[in-house]
Amino acid sequence: MSKRRVVVTGLGVVSPVGIGVQSSWTNLVAGQSGITNITKFDASAFASRVAGEVKGFDVSQYLPAKEARRMDIFIQYGMAAAIEAVKDSGIVVTEENAERIGVSIGSGIGGLQLIEDTDAIYQESGPRKISPFFIPGTIINMISGNLSIMYGFKGPNVAIVTACTTGTHSIGDAARMIEYGDADMMVAGGAEAPITQLAVGGFAAARALSTRNDDPATASRPWDADRDGFVIGEGAGVMVLEEYESAKKRGAKIYAELVGYGMSADAYHMTAPNMDGPRRSMRNALNNAGLNVDQVQFINAHGTSTPLGDANETNAIKAAFGDHASKLVVNSTKSMTGHLLGGAGGLESVFTVLSIHNQISPPTINIFNQDPECDLDFCANEARDMKIDVGVKNNFGFGGTNGTLVFRKI
Amino acid sequence: MSDIEQRVKKIVSEQLGANEADVKNESSFVDDLGADSLDTVELVMALEEEFDCEIPDEEAEKITTVQQAIDYVNSNLK
Repeated sequence: MSKRRVVVTGLGVVSPVGIGVQSSWTNLVAGQSGITNITKFDASAFASRVAGEVKGFDVSQYLPAKEARRMDIFIQYGMAAAIEAVKDSGIVVTEENAERIGVSIGSGIGGLQLIEDTDAIYQESGPRKISPFFIPGTIINMISGNLSIMYGFKGPNVAIVTACTTGTHSIGDAARMIEYGDADMMVAGGAEAPITQLAVGGFAAARALSTRNDDPATASRPWDADRDGFVIGEGAGVMVLEEYESAKKRGAKIYAELVGYGMSADAYHMTAPNMDGPRRSMRNALNNAGLNVDQVQFINAHGTSTPLGDANETNAIKAAFGDHASKLVVNSTKSMTGHLLGGAGGLESVFTVLSIHNQISPPTINIFNQDPECDLDFCANEARDMKIDVGVKNNFGFGGTNGTLVFRKI
Repeated sequence: MSDIEQRVKKIVSEQLGANEADVKNESSFVDDLGADSLDTVELVMALEEEFDCEIPDEEAEKITTVQQAIDYVNSNLK
């Protein structure tokens, strides 16, 4: 039996460069940075004081106030992006199809803000003041759970947690569920809201964050010689995946086909990257897609702006693609959004699909002085109209977990 | 409407996401205002907060209507 084909029929975004697919994409192509000084808490004592914050998010556009206040903000972002994606796809839930529609939206960290806030209440007033909604408001599978309750999606309901590869794995695994026949449609992606005192403090302690506090808009500078760490970001990216025949039958708008998915582990170090893991992730994805390296034109890279990570990914791309690496356009949208951790794979997969759909590579901004160690075409500073038949999406996470998706124009 | 009655109704309406007009003295939290078990726990916590008191669990279980909440506050408020 040949593999069931999976296509993308809906997109949704809540991001530091905009709320909604349209405004986010417009700002991204224009090369606009979403990075500012941290406003969500007083960061004056922190080494890193810059972040990609979501601006002007009004949850009442998506959810009743009563429900929203019981959800950590990461759930609110995930729900908002999912609601946009579902609306965009035009799917209508019926008694016939409800059991064939599932959700796979994960998060790397979950409801840390609500955990911090609740701990403060507990420390001050004791255990009787802990809300009955504290647990369902913070645990990671509650985007998937709440979304299924909202729409009546009765198919597979999961939430993957693989650090910064969460969104990528969530989409890849969701596609497998469609291929394998567990579902006909999956709402898939990732969300994160890590701009909290403990998360920023923790990543800063690990020396992972940029400390370019005097110039937030240029703090995230993947592949620039003077990059000094990633910039933490928040938001969500979600897509509707659908079995091809079902999408065709209902006349759905099809953005792209998801043709390949690969995974791997570095088996190397908790936080430091290693070249072979990402290389194998890309190779596994291309093998799964049945494509040769020279059929790929574009990569939306992990590209976090860390000194080690960017050089490592460059080497891994060269190892995976050989001579063809120099012909690829490799872009990092994190230069504008910052790093959404578990939300990154969701958001950047949406951007990869939009790149194919619009035949444009967004720029990698802030490449003022390209690192000679990183010598690929990173689409520096200006968006580019280009032919993209096949676009690849990489993400790598703490623990040494890697994921790669391959999307094709249809 | 007494001050306490007003404050109780406002909290019930906020906590349960109900229109103030629908919150009547005889309204049952579960049957009339759509509350579930977690909602009622949170509602009692909000009443404790508003009236700066502690409602023991065995007492809280008996508060199932708006009037019962008003009565409890009236007879227990210092």
